[in-house]
Amino acid sequence: MAEEIRLMKGNEAIAHAAIRYGCDGYFGYPITPQSEVLETLEELMPWETTGMVVLQAESEVAAINMVYGGASTGKAVMTSSSSPGVSLKQEGISYIAASELPALIVNVMRGGPGLGTIQPSQADYFQATKGGGHGDYHLIVLAPATVQEMADFVSLGFDLAFKYRTPAMILADGIVGQMMEKVVLPEPRRRRTEKEIAEQCPWAATGRHGRKTRNVVTSLELEPDKMEVNNLRLQETYKRISEAEVRYKEYHTDDAEYLIVAFGSVARICLKAIEDALACGIKIGLIRPITLWPFPTNEIKRLSEKVKGILTVELNAGQMIEDVKLAVECKIPVYHFGRMGGIVPNPGEVLDAFNKHFPEASK
Amino acid sequence: MAKIKGAVIIDQQRCKGCDLCVVACPTNVLQLQPKEVNDRGYHFAFTANPDACIGCASCAMLCPDACFTVYKVTIADNN
Amino acid sequence: MNSEEIIKNGTLIYSRPKLLNERNTHYCPGCSHGVVHRILAEILEEMGLEDKAIGVAPVGCAVFAYNYIDVDWIEAAHGRAPAVATAASRLNPENVVFTYQGDGDLAAIGTAETIHAANRGENIVIIFINNAIYGMTGGQMAPTTLLGQKTATTPYGRRADLNGFPIKMSDILAQLDGTCYVTRQAVHTPGAVRKAKKALRQAFENVLAKKGTSVVEIVSTCNSGWKLTPAQSNDWMAANMFDKYPLGDLKNI
Repeated sequence: MAEEIRLMKGNEAIAHAAIRYGCDGYFGYPITPQSEVLETLEELMPWETTGMVVLQAESEVAAINMVYGGASTGKAVMTSSSSPGVSLKQEGISYIAASELPALIVNVMRGGPGLGTIQPSQADYFQATKGGGHGDYHLIVLAPATVQEMADFVSLGFDLAFKYRTPAMILADGIVGQMMEKVVLPEPRRRRTEKEIAEQCPWAATGRHGRKTRNVVTSLELEPDKMEVNNLRLQETYKRISEAEVRYKEYHTDDAEYLIVAFGSVARICLKAIEDALACGIKIGLIRPITLWPFPTNEIKRLSEKVKGILTVELNAGQMIEDVKLAVECKIPVYHFGRMGGIVPNPGEVLDAFNKHFPEASK
Repeated sequence: MAKIKGAVIIDQQRCKGCDLCVVACPTNVLQLQPKEVNDRGYHFAFTANPDACIGCASCAMLCPDACFTVYKVTIADNN
Repeated sequence: MNSEEIIKNGTLIYSRPKLLNERNTHYCPGCSHGVVHRILAEILEEMGLEDKAIGVAPVGCAVFAYNYIDVDWIEAAHGRAPAVATAASRLNPENVVFTYQGDGDLAAIGTAETIHAANRGENIVIIFINNAIYGMTGGQMAPTTLLGQKTATTPYGRRADLNGFPIKMSDILAQLDGTCYVTRQAVHTPGAVRKAKKALRQAFENVLAKKGTSVVEIVSTCNSGWKLTPAQSNDWMAANMFDKYPLGDLKNI
């Protein structure tokens, strides 16, 4: 098995990529629109080939705690869910972040709040980028726009999670989870050996195996002085991540007079709108944050210094716009266009929204 | 008939004075210090009647803080 | 022969297990947790499991178990120990994974995780400390609190019409196909302690034999929560709890 070109759903690509990454375990619970991740893994039976454990848990709560348990032993483990299920996972995610464990969490977002809808959404931006669970922590949040990125971000997410000992999240919308595209699946890597895990994760609760001291994975510390030190260590990690791991893509920004900021599959809709606008002589550029946390604040600030205004387009009531506004520091107008409830706008609607906010652009 | 005699060592700094060993001892070897306390403020257990010890380790079985070390000898009866 | 001579010349009958480290426990004087920790450390040491064992200690008084027994530990969220242990065990099948859960953890907030881990027959030991009260938070009603028993949240005694009935989790777990061994023990007398230790040994032997889930319930005291002395607590437990939670094996296959 080498690199392979296939046509598949984003959710399926996640499953294939996990096996090919050498993932040790997946723990999930069915929820639309991401159930294909678990279904595909069960169909592929990786326990027969790579030895990867796949388990349908009794709940999202159990699944994330299985991830916590597996990650505590140094294994590369993941879960996936969709918005209501990810809400249930938040306590576990907080524990994983606090215990400085590497793990990968996939959220294929659907519309909320509450049980909401099974149609696509980006309404969990706040939850993913601002903490989600209790306490001061961050996730590395990757926003794929293509099925290819769904596959690629599995390895990127795991690599970053292990590099910084922190959970990473793939924050996909239901569109990219459900749509089929061509995808190049990477060449498979073998799972790490126990020896490699012990070397890479000397902190892991693997059983002592001759180690003189015990390893304890915990987020508990009742002494305030020590707990503050733990918090400061986390913040130091987040600072390092912020400095080194910002990822984004720019399109048509060289001579742009206006800027659209959009992430995930919505960015592709915006790109089509921008190409239509360019054909009419309206110079709009696009920046697509790939890491929603750390957010490309400096890059948006840099671009804001040469454009007249910014439109953010999101499948929500306006969440990422807050980070864009912080980046822009109120120096130019920033507007939001979004659809909710599972409605996905077409490029024409995006342009209409742009023209409404920036009527001077088309004059 | 051979006679069994025992002896215990009590980690008195570790003792929390819970009294379970005193109650468990079948030969009333143990008592809690009525006045004296250890560094952590507990009236710790001591062997008030060490000669009665038969080395049954009941104290050790019941001790939640693993304070006891128990020894035993079998003394042959010369009669 | 005086004590000093016996210590010098006699046979060592009992000494503290090395796996139980020197740190003083945070448990109240006379707490059953201390006895169970001690026999757990003894078993792990006697069976040579120091290098293989991974303990999972969830929220509750015993969340700090990791401070006292020198094996690798994972501290778990309240109720989630069996889920954590599931993954630790499945991903590390050569290790020996156990949970150490209280009644609130196992029988209230973590009922689902406990039942489903046991139902899947996860190859783990579940140690279940049932003292019929929430110790760590200050003596509130537990799912296993007896009818009529006074706690901070049932100050006039537990009433079935208001609070429901005490739950017999081990009986439920014994019905599941995934469990191979379910037993209920206590640590209030030297004999009971020896039996409880034997039960723990069998549970860990089951894991080594990959037989499925073993559950060792220890009916325990919480003298602070019960507002009795440690010795009175043992008496109260024997007089009141064993009727509802009778000791002995519920399942052994």
